[in-house]
Amino acid sequence: MDFSFNDEQKQFQESLAKFIERDYGFERRRAYQALPEGFSRDIWAQFADMGLLGLPFDEQYGGLGAGVAEMLLAMTAIGNGLVLEPYLATVIMAGGLISRCGNQAQKQALLPPIAAGKRIVVTALAEPGARYDLNRVETTATRKGGDTMLSGRKAVVLHGAQADQLIVSARSSGDSSDDSSNNVAAIDGISLYLVDRGAAGVSVRDYRTVDGLRAADITFNEVRVGPEALLGAEGGAYAAIDAIADAGAAALCAEAVGVMETLNALTLEHLKTRQQFGHPIGGFQVLQHRAADMFIHAEQSKSMAYLAAMKLSSTDVAERRRVVSAAKVHVGRSGRAISQASTQLHGGMGVTNELAAAHYARRLTMIDFNLGDSDHHLKRFINA
Amino acid sequence: MDLSYTADEQAFRDEVRAFARASLPPELARKVFDHRRLARSDYVCWQDILAKKGWLTGHWPRAFGGLGWTPVQLHIFDEETAAAGAPRLVPFGINMVAPVLMAFGGEWQQQHYLGRMRENKDWWCQGYSEPGAGSDLASLKTRAEAHGDHFIVNGHKTWTTLAQHADMIFCLVRTSTGARKQEGISFLLIDMHSPGVTVRPLIMIDEEHEINDVYFDNVKVPVANLVGEEGKGWTYAKYLLGFERTNIAGVGASKRELATLKTIAAQEQRGGQSLARDPHFAARLAQVEIDLMALETTVMRVLSQRGKTPGPEASILKIRGSEIQQALTELMMEAVGPYALPFVPEAIAGEGTAAVGPDYASPLAARYFAWRKTTIYGGSNEIQRNIIAQAVLGL
Repeated sequence: MDFSFNDEQKQFQESLAKFIERDYGFERRRAYQALPEGFSRDIWAQFADMGLLGLPFDEQYGGLGAGVAEMLLAMTAIGNGLVLEPYLATVIMAGGLISRCGNQAQKQALLPPIAAGKRIVVTALAEPGARYDLNRVETTATRKGGDTMLSGRKAVVLHGAQADQLIVSARSSGDSSDDSSNNVAAIDGISLYLVDRGAAGVSVRDYRTVDGLRAADITFNEVRVGPEALLGAEGGAYAAIDAIADAGAAALCAEAVGVMETLNALTLEHLKTRQQFGHPIGGFQVLQHRAADMFIHAEQSKSMAYLAAMKLSSTDVAERRRVVSAAKVHVGRSGRAISQASTQLHGGMGVTNELAAAHYARRLTMIDFNLGDSDHHLKRFINA
Repeated sequence: MDLSYTADEQAFRDEVRAFARASLPPELARKVFDHRRLARSDYVCWQDILAKKGWLTGHWPRAFGGLGWTPVQLHIFDEETAAAGAPRLVPFGINMVAPVLMAFGGEWQQQHYLGRMRENKDWWCQGYSEPGAGSDLASLKTRAEAHGDHFIVNGHKTWTTLAQHADMIFCLVRTSTGARKQEGISFLLIDMHSPGVTVRPLIMIDEEHEINDVYFDNVKVPVANLVGEEGKGWTYAKYLLGFERTNIAGVGASKRELATLKTIAAQEQRGGQSLARDPHFAARLAQVEIDLMALETTVMRVLSQRGKTPGPEASILKIRGSEIQQALTELMMEAVGPYALPFVPEAIAGEGTAAVGPDYASPLAARYFAWRKTTIYGGSNEIQRNIIAQAVLGL
């Protein structure tokens, strides 16, 4: 058992920290956010140059073939800087699905341009009314000659409007109107398709999210895709979707750890500098104890983020699901506690849009609403 | 970074598990699983078994006769023995004063006392707190005056756990009065059988005799029993507290208690179904299980990164460890419903009187009350938060 990073990983961590400090200050982030796509293509290109966009991909597809330790470091840095670019959606989720399910030709066609920052692919998995259940798929995939017609709706697709391509889950057979005691039918029959965002029949409602990112609700109306669009086995995609959702959840935990680190540091700075009654307010024990609790939450969350990341490669799927859910529960609750405490400790400034900490609090809170909140994962943990 | 156990660690786990299964008397394990009162002989019996194997002090460095276990090995040992139903090891000697002696003790002290600890010859207790010195430990008043080759000790220690069984006590005593109250404190080892030492029981909230007042009335202590330098006791005491707090996390025992809680919940009913399936109860139980998972990982992280001298991070382990222990005792008490109420101390003691209600139910409420101690002892959790705020966060 070894929790330490090797020298190469430490260097990677330092270069990420330098990049965030130099190119991702609060004011710069605001400027990136105001760009038409809600993030910076320049930054995205720099990520590509740093090798970040192909970090987990095999070297033959233009990646670095890095492991979970590098993923932890990258996502933590993304949390430190409140990075807006579609790293989770494109590299971890879409890239993960392509690596896992794609055939040789699909990997060759998709992964190198993603790694080079030339193409943005995101996953469109969740549906309106399905909450966090990725097996409740009502989008239909119907054969028409050699092609497939896709119809349905996808909810809160991260960076959906900025993507070149979408990986869409659809039901090629089976029933989504499962009864909760037995949702085997709902798991079988789900397939994944690669769809051009600009294809005929795709309509996209683009919007901001409360934590500063972009997302979209997307409708597919008789969208025609060819046989080459099928990613993985027809009807058998759920296991991969579940695994990628876990990879995404573990990545979000690592990002949350980065947000917590920075938010705690900002709060601590405020406690040490803000003077009231002639003293820094950090001298008051009641505030010290809240700060101590924030620290404990962050440390425990870090432990869980590490543990979840390490379980991603486990061959024991039940154990992977159990631990990832445990981590998501813990990080969700700790994130809520830290963001609320930080807002409170900053006083009136804490509820203004001027303050960097307010933006960290927003992201930290909303991470819980991605890929399953604490209650969702608590239930999944209990049923594991 | 690799958080899985190595083949060697896995083999060690198998070895500990097999040994515990073969060597721990089943009737003793039963007592531990059922939360019955343990006698002195129960603790001594298990510690003798371990001492014979060299495992009582397996985590000690080889230079001091230990086996040089890694922190991971110690964790495995702790987890496996707890799961087998072993009583906790009395920590005051092997885990608390031992590191102090290794770091600051004289050669004779190391030879003599560490040697006897390895063989489980002495029962140690801790003489820190006093009636006027709890969280404010440095306010202690027990005095030791030098008289040639010995000290004369007068004073009153309190909250002394299992002092009624003890052969030795390590004490913080005042040898002079300095400008700061932390100055002039010395670290002294005292034979509990010395004339002038009196132990009086302090009955706890669960009506058990676990803690005591210890009085020193002109007790003669050889100068050879002064640890390190006179007046440096506060430094040694702080060094020791880091070890105490790590030890206090109690992950192994909490894992066993979690398993017991699940067994009880599976047998209890709510609304015509097993309590374990009750969504509200299951959610509360799962929350504790997740918290324990996080604590366990943090323990490993702290131990494997910081080496063997725990720093202020140990306060996290004490806070979360104690809170989790309390949550487990609370859920266990609630799990048995109205059968939490009957109080039959003879049944709790295992003296043959039948329990009222399920056997497992009778000690649970008393235990819940007793376990409120965990957030108070070893430096209260409020003190731990002060330590984090000051020593870690710089507030």
